[in-house]
Amino acid sequence: MSIRVEHLTHIYMPNTPMESLALDDVSLEIEDGEFVGLIGQTGSGKSTLIQHFNDLLKPTSGKVIVDGIDLGHKGTSLKEVRRRVGLVFQYPEHQLFEETVFADIAYGPRNMGLAGEELEVRVQEAMEMVGIDYATLKDRSPFDLSGGQMRRVAMAGVLAMKPKILVLDEPTAGLDPRGREEILQQIKELHRRFGLTVVLVSHSMEDVARLADRLLVMHRGKLVLTGTTREVFARAEYLRQLGLGVPQVTELARRLREHYGTMRVDILTVEEAHQAISAFLRQKRGKVHA
Amino acid sequence: MLKDITIGQYIPGNSIIHQLDPRTKILAALIFIAALFLVTDLVGYTTMTLFSVIIIFLSRIPARFVLRGLKPLYYILAFTIILNFFLTPGRVIWSWWFLRLTQEGLRQGLFMGWRLLLLVLTTSLLTLTSSPIALTDGIERLLSPFRRIGVPAHELAMMMTIALRFIPTLLEETDKIMKAQMARGADFDTGNIIQRARGMVPLLVPLFISAFRRADELAMAMEARCYRGGEGRTRLKQLEMASRDYYTMVLMVAILVFAVVERLWL
Repeated sequence: MSIRVEHLTHIYMPNTPMESLALDDVSLEIEDGEFVGLIGQTGSGKSTLIQHFNDLLKPTSGKVIVDGIDLGHKGTSLKEVRRRVGLVFQYPEHQLFEETVFADIAYGPRNMGLAGEELEVRVQEAMEMVGIDYATLKDRSPFDLSGGQMRRVAMAGVLAMKPKILVLDEPTAGLDPRGREEILQQIKELHRRFGLTVVLVSHSMEDVARLADRLLVMHRGKLVLTGTTREVFARAEYLRQLGLGVPQVTELARRLREHYGTMRVDILTVEEAHQAISAFLRQKRGKVHA
Repeated sequence: MLKDITIGQYIPGNSIIHQLDPRTKILAALIFIAALFLVTDLVGYTTMTLFSVIIIFLSRIPARFVLRGLKPLYYILAFTIILNFFLTPGRVIWSWWFLRLTQEGLRQGLFMGWRLLLLVLTTSLLTLTSSPIALTDGIERLLSPFRRIGVPAHELAMMMTIALRFIPTLLEETDKIMKAQMARGADFDTGNIIQRARGMVPLLVPLFISAFRRADELAMAMEARCYRGGEGRTRLKQLEMASRDYYTMVLMVAILVFAVVERLWL
């Protein structure tokens, strides 16, 4: 499953005084099995872009091709595309509506025509994928759950359709640190164990640094920078100009280097920082002793 | 999508009509409507038309915006005119098959259509030249004398303001939930009426939940800022009648008197 976007432009409310250019000639490619992070300031067009991936928005001009299927083509089955590309919106728990957790997660597969035992298996699998217990929670009302659990139920509702590509818009927004950590772990698992292609939209540089292989950076409707996570975060100055930044540990490494000169700076995670700083300290101590 | 819908049709400006106090405009519109239903003949209608054209001109609202308000009216207008044409008893001047056009019908149909047209044109000018907030303020002040007999003027106005304020928010919310459910394979456009009605449940339940949540949050925020109803409340923008408002009222009364006189004696 791959997504190819060619010269995509999207204008909201064209031909009115409120007309606004949300996407401006965006071209990109997301390969099968990749974990891609999508970053950019609020209003940079991230959400607009991902809504094109499963045809919730139609391009004003340009093309979106999912797995070789041109979405703009007449006769393309939108239901099929929406099944393959699972989109988890911001605050997905706001879309819950059923009386039980089971019924809510079953909504998507039911729309695909599944029923009976097959449906049950699907729901069970989806709940396992997000780490919530089937037996104890399936008959509860989704509105009685905690915020983190509700969000996972909502994610399971998308996963139950067995998408090949999972697109998540700010999946950790509004959660406490533990909830964040759990959701991020779960997403990592989905990518590793189930081989899903993941597109993660986030405002947290830490999150994407930890999880994504590659980053797409949006600014004012344009795709301004792409590359591996390390390559992108090496351009701290440019990212700052865009109103973004780099993970705190990357910044720490950069400042240590400014003062002492020998520190590694291409650091993305706490683990890497730990190693690099330990190595740096050993080296320092060695020098002092010598 | 849904977001494209605009509620209210206020076009900011600073013409003499825009500057009038909303109370004046509301009262003037009411008087105009009364006068419009009093006049009966060509002289009366021509005067009313002249008056409308002058205030539309004074408001400096582009004609196409004023005319846009007529769009939903086309069918009603056509319907009214045709029914009056053929169903009014009187001297037949033209007939074909079962249709009989009478002289009285012709007269009544044309006048009725004319009246409707003027009615909508002038009253839409009220909403074109005053912001929804100004209008609710105006309504509150106009209703406040009736508080003594139990009309909750402030509460009514506050409810209207809040409702207006939340229409775009709820539309946006609807759009969002609709998309989220479409991403889960929902289909809002096909199927028979029962299927479609049932298909609305996944949209309506989350929408209601979020509306209640918002209402709760709003109530809390208002209380946190010590909102205690209309008693003793001051306003940022005080409505004040200026001399132009008094002149306008004099003019409107004159028009009403003209209409009454015309109706009774001419």
